[in-house]
Amino acid sequence: MLGYICGRIFALMMILLAVSIIVFSLMHSVPGGPFDERKGRLPPAAKANILKKYGLDQPVWKQYINYMSHAVRFDFGIPYQRPHTTVAKLISKSWAITVQVGLTTIVVAFGFGILAGIYAAYHQNSWVDTLVTFVSSLGVTVPNFVVAMWLILIFAVSLNWLPMGGWGSSGQCLIDKYFCTDWILPVVAYAIAPMAIVARYTRASIVEVMGEDYVRTARAKGLSEIKVMRKHVLRNAQIPMVTALGTEIPNLITGSIFIESTFRINGLGKYFVTSTLNRDYPMIMATFLLVAFLWGILYLLTDIAYTMIDPRVRLGAKSLS
Amino acid sequence: MGEALLEVENLHVHFPTPDGVVQAVNGISYSLGKKEILAIVGESGSGKSVGVLSLLRLIPARDCKVQGSVNFEGQNLLKLSDPEMRELRGNRIAMVFQDPMTSLNPVLRIGDQIQESVIEHQGISEKIAKSRAIELLELVGIPEAGKRYRHYPHQFSGGMRQRIMIAAGLACEPSILIADEPTTALDVTIQAQIIDLVKKLRREIGMSVIWITHDLGIVAGLADRVAVMYAGKIVEFAPVDQLFKTPQHPYSRGLLNSLPRLDARSEKPLEAIEGLPPNLINYPASCPFLERCSYQTEQCQIPPEMRSITTTHEVCCHHTEKL
Ligand SMILES: Nc1ncnc2c1ncn2[C@@H]1O[C@H](COP(=O)(O)OP(=O)(O)O)[C@@H](O)[C@H]1O
Ligand SMILES: [Mg+2]
Repeated sequence: MLGYICGRIFALMMILLAVSIIVFSLMHSVPGGPFDERKGRLPPAAKANILKKYGLDQPVWKQYINYMSHAVRFDFGIPYQRPHTTVAKLISKSWAITVQVGLTTIVVAFGFGILAGIYAAYHQNSWVDTLVTFVSSLGVTVPNFVVAMWLILIFAVSLNWLPMGGWGSSGQCLIDKYFCTDWILPVVAYAIAPMAIVARYTRASIVEVMGEDYVRTARAKGLSEIKVMRKHVLRNAQIPMVTALGTEIPNLITGSIFIESTFRINGLGKYFVTSTLNRDYPMIMATFLLVAFLWGILYLLTDIAYTMIDPRVRLGAKSLS
Repeated sequence: MGEALLEVENLHVHFPTPDGVVQAVNGISYSLGKKEILAIVGESGSGKSVGVLSLLRLIPARDCKVQGSVNFEGQNLLKLSDPEMRELRGNRIAMVFQDPMTSLNPVLRIGDQIQESVIEHQGISEKIAKSRAIELLELVGIPEAGKRYRHYPHQFSGGMRQRIMIAAGLACEPSILIADEPTTALDVTIQAQIIDLVKKLRREIGMSVIWITHDLGIVAGLADRVAVMYAGKIVEFAPVDQLFKTPQHPYSRGLLNSLPRLDARSEKPLEAIEGLPPNLINYPASCPFLERCSYQTEQCQIPPEMRSITTTHEVCCHHTEKL
């Protein structure tokens, strides 16, 4: 098992290397550069100076080697958009906020989504089931910034119950600067779509498992419905759920530009867009590598989760019998 | 047979579906004596499973209609509340199902699955339950029970899994074990082992068994009495030797004629029963076997009633004298 995990981590390194090459060559082959004049013209000498300062006058392969030799030492360079800080500092500062938004959203989306899914599965075709299906179809089809606008209109503008934006600056918080009133709207807006997916997937997985023979066996033993559900249904329903729902996690913890700009949250989400638009090469590289890393780790974790849920799965071993 | 342990009277099970009502079980009555092994035979779709699942109210379809009465220890099982019913399941009446590959939970250790019902019904500690589970594994003939206790279902063969299912069924020493085609999915040699095991357990534990099968070969070596089911009805009910020697209902005869015989000196070819069982949605107003019967007469338009032809032998046919 340990050997297997080491192998997977090595493979992840190789993937990061491949991603870095692809992203680097793609971003340099897109027309336009970070210091193209948009407003006034720069004197050619000054422009040459800037390019030289950032090493952009060298051939691309040299720039790549230069970048990677720093990157392996966790020096990801200086963002062109904010030359007074470093990429590492900028990402750690803005990602810290995005992770707060993301994790809270994950807890809300998965918590309510799973509960709603279980309830709907156990009350098939009841009005609650219909409601869950309806709300989750809406949740999947309506974009989160539209939901965000409606929430702001209702709860901030009309009712004036909650702040319109910000993150941890409303002054009304549960703990220190965490879990504040201004967390509620962004988290709800952000959570609706994943919650809908989680609810639908949970319902489908449970309904499928409830029809299995071993669930009938469990009932025939005289177990109560609660025990049948906890010991037999949910344990097995977890298996398909891990596969489908794990993939929501990296998306949620890397933030959404829509949510962050709607609610004026200084998170990482916006840099995915602005660094590409500004040809901010160091930021592009860093954000892409971060996403690739998170996905790689996620897949590793879901595979490890399988081995804990399902004894038939043995990582890296040839299958028994 | 002595006093009956279980008495099923006029049991009906109907499923309302969008296409009409499926009349799966249509008025079956039988009794099960203490320590008796009763076999229920019939082709697939004849209502054998539905008939026994309804005794414990284990039919998954919520809107199914069950009528009649099922008397066990002075109470009508169909009238029990849900908690009363749960108290009985796995405790006084246990079930073993057809497919041992899918009937065990793949993610739980088999020890857990065996001791689950004892813990539920007798409220004993995990530790005592564990030693009980190991005892049961030994009883059903699983070697190295102490070690195997911790294994998962996928680490066992089909025959071993069925033994585990039986061990789980026996955990609370039930008075009745209902086995729904427990050997159908197994090899013939494993079948024989399981059958010997059940006979041994009946002697040692003194429980009664309802054994469902579509294989008359198994019935001959195992059962005391046999109920032959056709289209949701019992068409013949007799001690096993009487059924094999003097089958009365044309359907029972057909089943027996379709069996290969080792002692057959005659060159008679095996006979299959022609035709198909009736549609359970448009249940015929006549004798349900009419279309496939070579003895049919005018009289058969009226469905026959169950009649005793000896003290122990009952048949549901108008023509028993002539056969
Ligand atoms: N939930 C259900 N809804 C409708 N029909 C059903 C349902 N369960 C069983 N049946 C029907 O009842 C009949 C008897 O089934 P079953 O008892 O399983 O037969 P078998 O003798 O093979 O065990 C079959 O025709 C089957 O299609
Ligand atoms: Mg069946």
